[in-house]
Amino acid sequence: MSDKRTLGEVLTDRGVSRRTFLKYASYTASIMALPPTAATAIAQGLANARRQSVIWLSFQECTGCTESFTRAKAPSIEDLIFDFISLDYHHTLQSASGVAAEEARHAAMQENAGKYIVIVDGSVPLKDDGVYSTIAGISNLQMLEETVKDAFAVIAVGSCAAFGGIPFADPNPTGAVPISEIITDKPLINISGCPPIPEAMTGTISYLLSFGAIPELDHLGRPKAFFGETIHDRCYRRPFYERGMFASNFDDEGARKGWCLFEVGCKGPVTYNACATLKWNGGVSFPIQSGHGCLGCSEPGFWDLGGFYKPLSTAKGDALKYVGSAAVAGAAFGAASAVIARNKRNKILKEG
Amino acid sequence: MELLEFARGPALQFSMTIFVFGITFRVFSLFLMWRTSDSSAGSSREKPVVVAAIREIIRRLWPQAAYKQRTMFALINGYLFHFGLAIIVFFLMPHILFIKDLFGFSWPALPNNVIYAVGVITVGSMIAALVMRFANPAQKIISTFDDWFSWLVTFLPVITGLVATSHLGARYETLLGLHILSISLLLIWIPFGKLMHFFLVFVTRSQTGAHLSHRGAQL
Repeated sequence: MSDKRTLGEVLTDRGVSRRTFLKYASYTASIMALPPTAATAIAQGLANARRQSVIWLSFQECTGCTESFTRAKAPSIEDLIFDFISLDYHHTLQSASGVAAEEARHAAMQENAGKYIVIVDGSVPLKDDGVYSTIAGISNLQMLEETVKDAFAVIAVGSCAAFGGIPFADPNPTGAVPISEIITDKPLINISGCPPIPEAMTGTISYLLSFGAIPELDHLGRPKAFFGETIHDRCYRRPFYERGMFASNFDDEGARKGWCLFEVGCKGPVTYNACATLKWNGGVSFPIQSGHGCLGCSEPGFWDLGGFYKPLSTAKGDALKYVGSAAVAGAAFGAASAVIARNKRNKILKEG
Repeated sequence: MELLEFARGPALQFSMTIFVFGITFRVFSLFLMWRTSDSSAGSSREKPVVVAAIREIIRRLWPQAAYKQRTMFALINGYLFHFGLAIIVFFLMPHILFIKDLFGFSWPALPNNVIYAVGVITVGSMIAALVMRFANPAQKIISTFDDWFSWLVTFLPVITGLVATSHLGARYETLLGLHILSISLLLIWIPFGKLMHFFLVFVTRSQTGAHLSHRGAQL
């Protein structure tokens, strides 16, 4: 848990070559949209840093974020992230359980007070004193507040932690809230997505380790390097959008020819994420490339945007819900006003 | 995103409701209103009502020779932004999908870039119309709040649509939200101002035609 060696020493001991290490630094600088000179700074920063203690808290979630994070491992150089951090507490990955696991968390908090990073995936239920999700006999809220107290920074990974996600979706039966509604006195980074792109998580952590600072964030607390542009803006199908060539369903000519998926509900125009550039599974593909529109999973409330397959330009819900009644009421009021006007005129004519 | 959600949801629902209420109110109150009976003998040149109405509608599509020089620019400019608006509203794919979602039918779209060009021309044309109204003292005097506001609520959806498409000034979802809100404002205003000519233009011209024909005017 407590390793006094620098990361440079750790990597040397593990036989990681300097070339591989520099490749990682360059890669990280590149995906964080930093200038080329930053690669050297990252390399130096990482080499001199100590292994970062990380406490990973999982609340109302599906473990998809962890699945994604671990996909950052083999076979690419991003697996170095697991040499950079000391994952001191993680339900799914740690071998300890029960009291031993909780002791590991407390020990990491004590030894690294003020320095450790808390990564949270999942939302926190507040309704009914948080009984809907408890760990080691305490509510998620208690565990979060207790753990974050002496942390250096908090990273909310996944849309559940960042924005509430699926537990937060209407009607939100557990009273789920995102981490940002609870943690207001610590640096907080949101890395949204369902799940988030692995490189967005590892890149952000590497930046924290290298520079000891928070990367530039957007208004939703997300690193701009990964959430600065919409899927639509970087989508390879964008030219079809401009030409007005759309797939009308998932098995028509347009779908087969790879035309724009706006008509079948793609939320790419309002979704900020790096899927279209970094892609998934080591850059193999991303949802739109595999023929399905973007669900907008890295945006707040994506579950309640009005339907995954409803085009973005359509009304949310039933826009015509009251028009029948409105037409009847309009006709009635119109007829009544005409009758009143007629009566008034007749009266004037009679009197005149 | 919250703005966009509000615009796509409650704002559109509210504006559609007011729009339909307003239109039916105006149409029913107008058609059930008393009409002054004209007991005068019609001119010998009086045409059947339908013929007179159609002739008047056609006649007013182009200025009379005497007024041609003075009104030509206003007329062409008027056609320009009316056709521009129609092309933008009915031939941009996102708009067609909006209509399809509501009523279940659709038609082919034009490429976005074509619509964008039409949008720019329409904006220029509408600004020209506004400048003309300002510049002409007579027009300016007879202009009321209705004229200025009707221009504004028509202009806003076009300009916000263009700005949203260009991603200028704010995030796309904010611009799209503002665009939909501007459409909501337009829908609410249409029945209650001069924009009602959208529904009544040919009705009023028919009425004028029938009246003029009765008086013996050459249509």
